[in-house]
Amino acid sequence: MSLKVEIAFKLNGHAVAQEILTSASTLQVLNRDFDLAGAKLACGEGECGACTILVDGVSRNACLMAGVDLDGRDVETVEGLWESNGLDPVQEAFVKSGAVQCGYCTPGMVMQAKYLLKPGKKLSRDEVLRGLEGNVCRCTGYHKIVDAIVAVSGETS
Amino acid sequence: MTLPQNQSPAEFEYYVNATSIEEACRALGDGTGTILAGGSDLWVQKDEGVKTFGPRLINISRLEELAEISIGNDQVRLGARVTMTDILCNNELGKIAPGLAEAANRFASSQIRNVATIGGNFANASPAADAVIPLLCLDAEIELARLDGNAVATRSIPAVDFFTGPGKSVRAADELITAISFKPRDGKSLARFFKSGPRPALEISIVSLGIVADISDGKLSNVRIALGAVAPIPFRARKTEALIEGQKIDDNLIAAATDYLAEEISPIGDVRGSAWYRRHLARTYLQEALTNVA
Repeated sequence: MSLKVEIAFKLNGHAVAQEILTSASTLQVLNRDFDLAGAKLACGEGECGACTILVDGVSRNACLMAGVDLDGRDVETVEGLWESNGLDPVQEAFVKSGAVQCGYCTPGMVMQAKYLLKPGKKLSRDEVLRGLEGNVCRCTGYHKIVDAIVAVSGETS
Repeated sequence: MTLPQNQSPAEFEYYVNATSIEEACRALGDGTGTILAGGSDLWVQKDEGVKTFGPRLINISRLEELAEISIGNDQVRLGARVTMTDILCNNELGKIAPGLAEAANRFASSQIRNVATIGGNFANASPAADAVIPLLCLDAEIELARLDGNAVATRSIPAVDFFTGPGKSVRAADELITAISFKPRDGKSLARFFKSGPRPALEISIVSLGIVADISDGKLSNVRIALGAVAPIPFRARKTEALIEGQKIDDNLIAAATDYLAEEISPIGDVRGSAWYRRHLARTYLQEALTNVA
């Protein structure tokens, strides 16, 4: 049995603490220990981006991050976008553009979009495509995903 | 709701979040440590069970002293924990080490560039490691630290001598890679990096080629050519370098040099590309690099 350690971090704005296995990935910790199913396991090796989350404001693959490395970090998952205000503007844009098909890649796409979007900066299609290199949509609905992110870019908040 | 997921095969018996190089070296002291930085190679290998891991997990991802980029007139020093995104976002590095910036630019994906470290690219010792190639061309040195008695002792070795086989290097089990350093080259240098894969992102290179040289009167000097994925280790094409050194670059020399390079390398054929195709790519990249000079 692998060693367990106690970690404490900020999850979607709330301070949390949890005892976890040192061999667990961040994705496993989010899924199993926090019942958060937004970040998804698909490839498990950083190729697909379905598990993309923001850690200290930077996007990364939760499947490739050691769970123990969560300690002291500020973590945002797709669940954190909801809170009390309803859908996030990025999520609104996905709905408006019809960017969601089966939905499995969507949380990862949305979180990577949150990383790419900077207040007041309009993104070109090429910039969005470049930023989404690490996110795969097996419904291949890329055009509408790019449409959504380009449309929501340039807004000030 | 709990999603069913496989248990990971690797188990750890000890964990430390190191706060200094000394603490990390101390934890590595008995030679059974597994170093965690970005984790982008480590966690894949752990879950696939392709490697065995030491039972002591040593997290160096908070070591600020390993995250520094210092650029001096005589030396550029990249802390081992500098990420591909850090390299890409550093305009200064883009000017003095354009090949390195190109390699960082072609490295994996946004999410992985955000965490993958330069030290990890060396430590993992893949024959196809992208960021290693331009650094071999820059005559980079690898700095390694270990605990000697109660003090941290460091040694530097040329990057080209670092690798000993696929996944293997001269790094001892109690050593930590702390930095990669090189001399900056001036603006008149030729410095290019090429890699090929079926798509621009997230590809293990079929072949990568880096070249660095000084240009004067159409002649190249201090030529360095390195290739990835053509040998069990990242490969310096010393014979081809010698052929080009000091010569006027014209069509005849380019033809001779590309023929020579195809002979000098000994790539394998595998699922990513045949040996013939790898030779073809190597020739094509060298031709492109030299044609731009001629």
